[in-house]
Amino acid sequence: MGLNIRQASVVYPTADGRPPVEALRQIDLDIVNDDFVVALGASGCGKSTLLSLIAGFLSPSSGEILLDGAPVQGPGADRAVVFQKHALLPWLNVLDNVAFGLKLRGFSTEKRYEVARGFITLLGLGEFETSRVYNLSGGMQQRVGIARALTCDPKVLLMDEPLGALDALTREKAQELILKIWHTTHKSVFFITHSVEEALFMGTKLIVMSPRPGRIAHRFDLPFSRQFLAGANAREVKASREFIALREEVLKIIFSDEEAVA
Amino acid sequence: MTEHAYPNTQTRKKGIFFFMMKSRATKPGETYGVPGQGDTKLLSVASILGIIFVWWLFTAMGWIKPLFLPSPGAVLNKFIQVWNEGFTNTPFLEHVGVSAARVFGAFLLACVIGIPLGIAMGMSPIIRGIFDPPLEFYRPIPPLAYLPLMIIWFGIDETAKVLLIFLSVLAPVALGARSGVKSAAIEQIHAAYSFGASRWQVMVQVILPSALPEILTAMRIGIGFGWTTLVAAEMVAATKGLGYMVLTASQFLQTSTVVMGIIVIAIIAYAFDLLMRFVERKLVPWKGRM
Repeated sequence: MGLNIRQASVVYPTADGRPPVEALRQIDLDIVNDDFVVALGASGCGKSTLLSLIAGFLSPSSGEILLDGAPVQGPGADRAVVFQKHALLPWLNVLDNVAFGLKLRGFSTEKRYEVARGFITLLGLGEFETSRVYNLSGGMQQRVGIARALTCDPKVLLMDEPLGALDALTREKAQELILKIWHTTHKSVFFITHSVEEALFMGTKLIVMSPRPGRIAHRFDLPFSRQFLAGANAREVKASREFIALREEVLKIIFSDEEAVA
Repeated sequence: MTEHAYPNTQTRKKGIFFFMMKSRATKPGETYGVPGQGDTKLLSVASILGIIFVWWLFTAMGWIKPLFLPSPGAVLNKFIQVWNEGFTNTPFLEHVGVSAARVFGAFLLACVIGIPLGIAMGMSPIIRGIFDPPLEFYRPIPPLAYLPLMIIWFGIDETAKVLLIFLSVLAPVALGARSGVKSAAIEQIHAAYSFGASRWQVMVQVILPSALPEILTAMRIGIGFGWTTLVAAEMVAATKGLGYMVLTASQFLQTSTVVMGIIVIAIIAYAFDLLMRFVERKLVPWKGRM
């Protein structure tokens, strides 16, 4: 059960007789229970293609993606996506943005505001219910984006570099917030990031992807987010010896990929 | 004395082209380098007063004969006279009403047909394939060129007149709506789909609201075309209307009535544009901010 990706490949045909591009080759991945799977890799390694596959925007050239045993046919509320930016609706206030997914599914105004208010409180947006989203800071906007995806009650929450546009300090606070919310909601999460430190700190499972063809080159099980949720200080976790050792190891892998491309 | 080897760059350059020079740092509360920043109300009022003054000066000094350009006072007197006595036995407000009904009626019709058509063209390659050639074909043709056809086909009564104005408004409104469809960010669309939206819901809840700013702009441009076409529409077999008034007066060399009619048309069009800008601020306060 949960999400199972079996031997999924994506091949883009190219024009003028060049060989087709293999964006993803034979990906096997399971996202079950409260897994927090983080995908990391050099640009062009197929992270976003993999997210599009799971979200149902793209169908694999071969292989299959199963959600609770049924093949994924297209996008749906059981796999809500949080984007890096530009995804909120500026003509709606915070409350209506958060309640948007429920509106699409035809819930009454009362019911959807009730659910939305729960997640607004959870993400600390209580004072901003009636604010215009374009008047909020980048960090606040991302919280609205996360609350909005959570109201859809997805089986797997997909996050495409959700913190990539935030400044370094806001980003660390947002990491902690996401982990706490993940801990209270027990959702499966698939999380894409460019930051090695963020990947190690957030995930329970790390997949390091390599380009040409896009594939999962390394897999790691990570203990750090559990340490943080068990009460350890975030900076201390990130400064611990094992964290730094793993960070350097992963960085070495990614840099060697980048050099192989260049 | 090496300091004198460089020209002094500190002196503030003034003059009409000062905006092309490198500008100084702004005051707190303003953003440095925003193009065209600043309030224009005072200058606009001054500009209007300036034009009227120059107009008055040229006519009052007798540099231009009243036949070519009557004085502001003469135009005002003509306005009062037509207001009180009417023009060709029709009250002034009826001329205004008839023309406004033609322009706004055609405009409404063009919006009701053009906006859905433009959106459909933006959404569907089939609709776009069918309607793009005819729309692009007739769009650059001046209404005066197909006016005779309109009259041959639809007669000399209201239909031909409203249809002529309608056609001139339709193209800009439809094209604006069509390009407005592209305003929604792909992330907004993907997010909606990932929350379980249907294609119809994405169109109504995401693409339409995103297109609204461009549709409103297209409507402002469209109504302008409508007023432009009014005089052409009232050239044949009209007995009422501002365009008719201007044309008839010009045949009798009543230049003051011509100028008065032009100003009245301009004022109505400008007032409507101000109203549209107000609607824009109320309806799409988020324009350009996300």
